[in-house]
Amino acid sequence: MSTSNMQETGKASHSLDHVVGTANDFLTIYIAGQLFGIPVLQVQDVLGDLDVSKIPLAPPEVDGSLNLRGRIVTSINVRRCLGLENRTSGKSMMSVVVEHENELYSLTIDEVGDVIGLKEEDYERNPVTLDAKWRGVSLGIYRLDEQLLIVLDVPKLIDNLRM
Amino acid sequence: MDELIGEFITETNESLEELDVDLVNLEKDPNDRDLLSKIFRLMHTIKGTCGFLGLPRLEKLAHHAENVLGRFRDGDLEVTPPAVTLIFESIDGVRFILEGIETNGAEPDGDDSDIIARLDAVYEGRDPTEAAAPAPNEDKEKSDTIKLVGDKIDNNDSATGEAVLDDEMSLSDIDDIFTQSGPIAADDEDEDDEIIAAPVAVADADGSPEVKTPKKASIASQSLRVNVEVLENLMTMVSELVLTRNQLMQIMRHQKDSEFTAPLQRLNHVVSELQDGVMKTRMQPIGNAWAKLPRIVRDISLELGKKVELEMNGQDTELDRQVLEMIKDPLTHMVRNSADHGIEKPAEREAAGKKPTGRIVLDAYHEGGHIIIEISDDGKGLSTQKIIDKAIANGLASADEIKELSTQQVQQFIFNAGFSTAEKVTSVSGRGVGMDVVRTNIEKIGGTIELTSIEGKGSTFMIKIPLTLAIVSALIVEAGKERFAIPQLTVRELVMVSEKSEVKIEMIKGSPVYRLRDQLLPLVYLNDVLKLHGVDVNLADPDANAVGDDDAAAKTKAAANVDENNEYIIVTQIGSYMLGIIVDRVFDTEEIVVKPVARILREIEVFSGNTILGDGSVIMILDPSGIARSTGKEEGVDAGIDQQEDELIADTLDKTTLLLFKVGDATPKAVPLALVSRLENVNADNIEYANDQMLVQYRGQLMPLLPFSSTQNIPKEGTMPVLVFAEGEKSMGIIVDEIVDIIEEHVDVQVSGKDGVMGSAIIAGRATDVCDVTYYMNSASNGWFNIQTSVGYDGDDKSTSEHAKRSILLVDDSPFFRNMLTPLLSVAGYRVTSVEGAAEALALCEKGETFDLIVSDIEMPDMSGFEFAKKVKAEDSLWHDTPLVALTSHGAPSDLDKGHEVGFNKYILKFDRETLLDTLEETLSSVYS
Repeated sequence: MSTSNMQETGKASHSLDHVVGTANDFLTIYIAGQLFGIPVLQVQDVLGDLDVSKIPLAPPEVDGSLNLRGRIVTSINVRRCLGLENRTSGKSMMSVVVEHENELYSLTIDEVGDVIGLKEEDYERNPVTLDAKWRGVSLGIYRLDEQLLIVLDVPKLIDNLRM
Repeated sequence: MDELIGEFITETNESLEELDVDLVNLEKDPNDRDLLSKIFRLMHTIKGTCGFLGLPRLEKLAHHAENVLGRFRDGDLEVTPPAVTLIFESIDGVRFILEGIETNGAEPDGDDSDIIARLDAVYEGRDPTEAAAPAPNEDKEKSDTIKLVGDKIDNNDSATGEAVLDDEMSLSDIDDIFTQSGPIAADDEDEDDEIIAAPVAVADADGSPEVKTPKKASIASQSLRVNVEVLENLMTMVSELVLTRNQLMQIMRHQKDSEFTAPLQRLNHVVSELQDGVMKTRMQPIGNAWAKLPRIVRDISLELGKKVELEMNGQDTELDRQVLEMIKDPLTHMVRNSADHGIEKPAEREAAGKKPTGRIVLDAYHEGGHIIIEISDDGKGLSTQKIIDKAIANGLASADEIKELSTQQVQQFIFNAGFSTAEKVTSVSGRGVGMDVVRTNIEKIGGTIELTSIEGKGSTFMIKIPLTLAIVSALIVEAGKERFAIPQLTVRELVMVSEKSEVKIEMIKGSPVYRLRDQLLPLVYLNDVLKLHGVDVNLADPDANAVGDDDAAAKTKAAANVDENNEYIIVTQIGSYMLGIIVDRVFDTEEIVVKPVARILREIEVFSGNTILGDGSVIMILDPSGIARSTGKEEGVDAGIDQQEDELIADTLDKTTLLLFKVGDATPKAVPLALVSRLENVNADNIEYANDQMLVQYRGQLMPLLPFSSTQNIPKEGTMPVLVFAEGEKSMGIIVDEIVDIIEEHVDVQVSGKDGVMGSAIIAGRATDVCDVTYYMNSASNGWFNIQTSVGYDGDDKSTSEHAKRSILLVDDSPFFRNMLTPLLSVAGYRVTSVEGAAEALALCEKGETFDLIVSDIEMPDMSGFEFAKKVKAEDSLWHDTPLVALTSHGAPSDLDKGHEVGFNKYILKFDRETLLDTLEETLSSVYS
């Protein structure tokens, strides 16, 4: 178990190198109008609206759990993690399923965009003025032509929820 | 055959098989360092293991081979072809002995001095061929030895030759013979014949009558080592299959007469069998976890100079790998504890009249869906006093609280963190990793641990653990519109409470309880525990979270009652105590596959996992012990479980039979039934008044009547219930409104009262006023009873006059009893001095006070009645000759014996008023006549 964890962490930092080092493919997502990117290799699945069972006593960021082809996935509301209000009800949400330390998590977000490659020269560190909550889960910013893309630190986002 | 040896053989054979492949390479490159180290390591391991298993022949051979290989490996010696031969020979020697052990369970006869001599020669750098006769094993061993002549063959594969030697011959060995002998065959003289001869000989050997068990495959080929990960994977797949099967079965339930019915049935059976089969692959004998215990016990006994015998029964009992892993350490810890703390040194043992050799017995067996493991020793047991001291020192309980506990309850303290009663930290134990860890580990896997210990006799731990963790049967319940699973192993029974039920859920300060037969069952609303009501109410009322617990509970109850008026209590067993979990609905049971919850949710202790139901939805699995812990915490109780456990046990002890009645307001009143002589219904017409006193003619005498309270409404007509109290011929009555019930309960007066009320206590789950009967007795007609005392309580003037002079010392820690007995005895004509503890009584003794008789309680804190008696009866005690009467609430025969032993003249049950008075008189008259 512990060795597999180590491998897992190894993998994570490996992909992180990629983020900072070379051009890589990212899945873009939108949350409250802001563009985010998740390294595409971390993404297992993209899902539409899901039937989520509530988990009592769980942190407020945890929406519940769901069954994805026989595996239990913990659903995390990224809006809450970022200190945002819930989206006005009625609008459907999307989920991006990621694997972290051998467990599956689905990150509930507003919309899924595209898979794009990012160039190293466009990378910037987090601006110091960035909201503390956001800074905690951002690996940095890419300057795109039309807008800025925040690289979401998925492992950190999940680990932040540990009680 | 010994399990360990079997394993050793399997393992070594595997290593040898691996070597076989490499050996060919050694031929090509005799100085292959890696390979040489590999063989060296193997020999080294064999040597080491043999020493442990007691296989001297193999050990010796491996030892000498290792020496040589060590030099080769280090490059001290050049590896020449003859040396390679020698290596092969020693490997073959090992193999031969191994096969012997495998077939006969013991090392084959014969010696290896020849090969050892040659090995030593090489080791010393001499020419091995000169050292001894060239033919190593053949001459001395079995007659059917087939010798393969020729350098090359000898060099290359005397393994083949040796393999043929034995009765048994595995296919792979035969293959080896062909494949490995083949290419070399062309080389030398008459080898061709020999090579052909070999397989023929094999065939002969196989078919020969000497073969005892011809078809029995060897251990090596019978068992197969499979990576645990593969098994786990397989298990997961089967779990999924089980779930899918469940899903299909659920669909089928709604579709009658479908063509799928029959195939599904079959699928069902096959999957069940598959599940069983796969589960079996995970099963391991518990002996695996015990293997190192004898060694541990031996080491401890040597180190501490003790004699300890370890007996292990039921090693073959199988349980799930995962479970086994979890209990390995707790078991080791407990056995270590037994050897270290439990068993005394031989001298101490002999002094205590025991055999000098202590015994630790391990027992494992199946019981229901559980495995029971018992660890018992005949050592000194747990010292209750030490535990009490430590518990108080650690702030686990106050001295007052401990007073209320039984020995058994006190012993349970050892399961608390940081609790080691070892006086000093030895290298063996007492390092603070204690029984709390043991309990936590066992509870983690849904098990329980119980302890019974008798000081001086020994201790027994009983561990009960589920067979497997992977697939369990669970009860699916609903609370707050969410479904949850409760593992059935923890469920004792289900109780449905509806409007019509006779017994209802009652509340004590917002905490629900239920009278389950003769026990008060603490309850929790699952909605409350999971804070589910908050979610629903939240939408409508954002402040709802702020509502108090009591309100919340009421709301939950109300919400639960909306759908149906039924509530379901899941009675769960947690360790030795029970907890009822109230849910809104109960569905059916389902086989579920327990999956661990996501890491970010691990801290939620009320869940032990989650699972996917047949319908595909994900639900959480509840952990009753976690629920108990979490509710305990909410109430601000440190050791939630212990506390509740203790309270429950306390309930069953020290019970008093109480008469419940009502007067005026709704608060029930209680009076010890033993004090009440009779219950009468008095007609209002019969009440007469004299001297402003209500009187009634009763059995030819006048009996004063008192209203229970001055504000009480005395009916002008009809009958009214009267409690009659009597002393001797005299009696008085108290008018009440209604007689409610007679119940048996532990009385703990918590709030003191005034004027006729001794205080309030929880009785039958309700706050109840406990009456002070003496208050009424005294207020009846200007000391109605006081006057009587000088006349005598049983009309025997002579004895009464004697009584009047008699002084009695009453020792009882309970104010309730002191308050009850003091007036009773005063009324009977004794001079009573009451103290609340033995220490206080002894202080009086020191002061030189004397009494005619001492009445003492047995269960008292600080110093028990027994100890008190010993002190009183000591030779130099002033009170040496004072008669001593014991008062107790339970009269176990053993207690009686002990009581007499330490010097109690008489033994009386509390509340047995008649006997008490009779006994006192009898004792006094016998002593002072």
